[in-house]
Amino acid sequence: MAAGVATWLPFARAAAVGWLPLAKKTMPKPPVDSSSRSDEILYVNVSGVRFQTWKNTLDRYPDTLLGSSEKEFFYNEDTQEYFFDRDPEMFRHILNFYRTGKLHYPRHECIQAFDEELAFYGIVPEIIGDCCMEEYRDRKKENQERLAEDTEANELTDAPLPPHSTPRERLWRAFENPHTSTMALVFYYVTGFFIAVSVIANVVETVPCRPPKGSVKDLPCGQKYELAFFCMDTACVLIFTFEYLMRLFAAPSRCKFMRSVMSVIDVVAIMPYYIGLVMPENEDVSGAFVTLRVFRVFRIFKFSRHSQGLRILGYTLKSCASELGFLLFSLTMAIIIFATVMFYAEKGTKSSSFTSIPASFWYTIVTMTTLGYGDMVPKTIAGKIFGSICSLSGVLVIALPVPVIVSNFSRIYHQNQRADKMRAQQKVRLARIRMAKKGTVNAFFQYKEDRVDCTALCVKNRSAFEHQHHHLLHCLEKTTNHEFTDEMTYSELCMTESVGFRTSRSTSLSSQQGATGCCPRRARRRAAMRLANSTVSVSRGSIQELDTLHIKPTSIPQQTRSSLNAQAGDLKLNCGEHDFTAAIISTPTPPANTPDESLPPSPAPIPGILRNTRATAYTHDTFKISSL
Amino acid sequence: MGAVVGTLTMQIKQRRPSTDTADDDMEMTMASHRPEGLNQLEAQTNFSKGELQVLYRGFKNECPSGIVNEETFKQIYSQFFPHGDASTYAHYLFNAFDTAHSGSIKFEEFVAALSILLKGSVTEKLQWTFNLYDINRDGYISKDEMTDIVRAIYDMMGKYTYPVLKTDAPKQHVDAFFQKMDKNRDGVVTLDEFILSCQEDENIMRSLELFENVI
Repeated sequence: MAAGVATWLPFARAAAVGWLPLAKKTMPKPPVDSSSRSDEILYVNVSGVRFQTWKNTLDRYPDTLLGSSEKEFFYNEDTQEYFFDRDPEMFRHILNFYRTGKLHYPRHECIQAFDEELAFYGIVPEIIGDCCMEEYRDRKKENQERLAEDTEANELTDAPLPPHSTPRERLWRAFENPHTSTMALVFYYVTGFFIAVSVIANVVETVPCRPPKGSVKDLPCGQKYELAFFCMDTACVLIFTFEYLMRLFAAPSRCKFMRSVMSVIDVVAIMPYYIGLVMPENEDVSGAFVTLRVFRVFRIFKFSRHSQGLRILGYTLKSCASELGFLLFSLTMAIIIFATVMFYAEKGTKSSSFTSIPASFWYTIVTMTTLGYGDMVPKTIAGKIFGSICSLSGVLVIALPVPVIVSNFSRIYHQNQRADKMRAQQKVRLARIRMAKKGTVNAFFQYKEDRVDCTALCVKNRSAFEHQHHHLLHCLEKTTNHEFTDEMTYSELCMTESVGFRTSRSTSLSSQQGATGCCPRRARRRAAMRLANSTVSVSRGSIQELDTLHIKPTSIPQQTRSSLNAQAGDLKLNCGEHDFTAAIISTPTPPANTPDESLPPSPAPIPGILRNTRATAYTHDTFKISSL
Repeated sequence: MGAVVGTLTMQIKQRRPSTDTADDDMEMTMASHRPEGLNQLEAQTNFSKGELQVLYRGFKNECPSGIVNEETFKQIYSQFFPHGDASTYAHYLFNAFDTAHSGSIKFEEFVAALSILLKGSVTEKLQWTFNLYDINRDGYISKDEMTDIVRAIYDMMGKYTYPVLKTDAPKQHVDAFFQKMDKNRDGVVTLDEFILSCQEDENIMRSLELFENVI
């Protein structure tokens, strides 16, 4: 519950006077306020800087260090103050949080130092106010990335080999970081050399050489020295194949390796050779074979293993893909428009080079990018007019929007990120509010069950505020002569009322029996979510028990059955735990165990329902939430 | 050329001016209000100086401008009663607090009402409650007004109640109430009838004393 609301509690309680004449039953007694009500000033000494504040201010957030009894550990009897050996600058912000309810992130502080302080004082960073949340998140992400980079770099270069590594692991490491061993370095340079050789050979073999004796035409060198080039190609491909196979063997996860970009490039680089070997020397397919040779140029991309810069470039292009795509799209639109116009303008003329609209694309692109090859030229007047408009607009369409688009999309990209962040934050905030509400609702159920317990073993945990709040809710119940229940029991009530028979049925986590009509959510299980206030799973017993529920707590047999479900298995009554105000284990229904007879209506008294367990607490996902 | 222009424009990244209009609604249209002096308030109400100090500190912390408007009121109430919809009852309560009918509650009004509710005599408390029920302030509680109030209270219970809330539960409640309160069976309850019948009821008298130790 929001801290500030505590201020209004007296008012809400007083306003409850308005219900009194209407009440059908007597109001319950209010809780006795045992703690001293007079407010006192506390002195907090943080590394010599003295802060003073009201005790009430700190009590607003009872789940933090300063709001709980944990601060007593830091109390100095001699000087009558609380001494913390921490940063006073940061403490200022922490204390402001208590005062105003909003946590701000100081921009000049190191994010890690801030996080550590928050952790020390028991404050979750999620409550940082909206004004500072974005900055906080950005800095945090930046920091994490930087740390990740650093550790990665450290690992890559300096990490010594683990003592018991298989040859396979060593091989992989050699491939990934060539600097670790001399052999790896040698191999690294050899492959680099052969890539270069292969690429140069590809290039050189198309250069026309002097024709051999007896021929007039210039031959490309590839054909003249065919054998030499073939030998060189074979050697390179052998090396590459060997390398690829070795990497495949050494890879820790072969599937992942085969899917990676680099290995795909490797395969594409060596495939044409083998395909060429396999294919017969046939004139028909030689055309296709020639095309395959083009793929040999992909060997140049193998350099990216050797060059960090190339990798970065590739990564940058990948991350800008959407912007580039949109640029391309807008260009395409303009091209299509102008190509169509030019085609129809030049349609009439004979010997027009604008034979079709796709043919006009070429003209449009050449004109708009102000290249102007001159291979296609409009001849009609209309064509020339539109041609000039095309070239003028080319300047506008291509040159001007490119920077605008670039900066626009940089901005939109950030904006989208911000919108997504805000949406995520909004979701988190709503979820937090919902959980807080559920927390208070469930805490109230717990309170009701506790009330009938004579041995108030476990009521110490709750603050005076909570006591009074629950008393208030109890008064409302008495006024209307109805009780608050949770969704589960409500749906059960629906069912039994509609079906007309009363069988006892314990709510179960896994029971799928008869979920009809108004209770579609019975079997849903939620993971335990730790909250500031409480994680309570409410389990109401059977319908039979409901009659007696407001008198008695859940019965013993359920406790034993629930122990089947308790994941931690420690059902000791431990009320000292501060984090959990209540954790009731919801009871399963083993189908064999028909609950009808095994639930005596008068259970032996249990000394308190509060069990400290770490069983999955399951929280309901809907309570009627009044709009905030 | 495009690349050059592009890089130039990219250097000049302008931060968008924040056009946050969300907070405009929250700002109070009136200037912040300061209450009368501590001594005057002490004289006017039944609170001691210390109690007034505590009350004001909390009030000022929550509403730095010194006034509470209806929206805040409803929000506060909805946080106390998360099960159901507390806004209607909060509305009636707001009107009961806002004696000056200014649309917002100042600290004096706040403290005055609390003084009656917490430290007033039985008659004063009953009078205040009558005022709360009498929505149109005409001096009579009609059956419709009562039904509205009771329905608002039942709304706060929410949907999930035991026993299941029937749709005519408010109406039944009102009928029972009128049965008891309306002595001369004229269809409305006057202040005297109200006070008289409340004083006859043991439960109500006892309950009235319960809320005295709130501060």
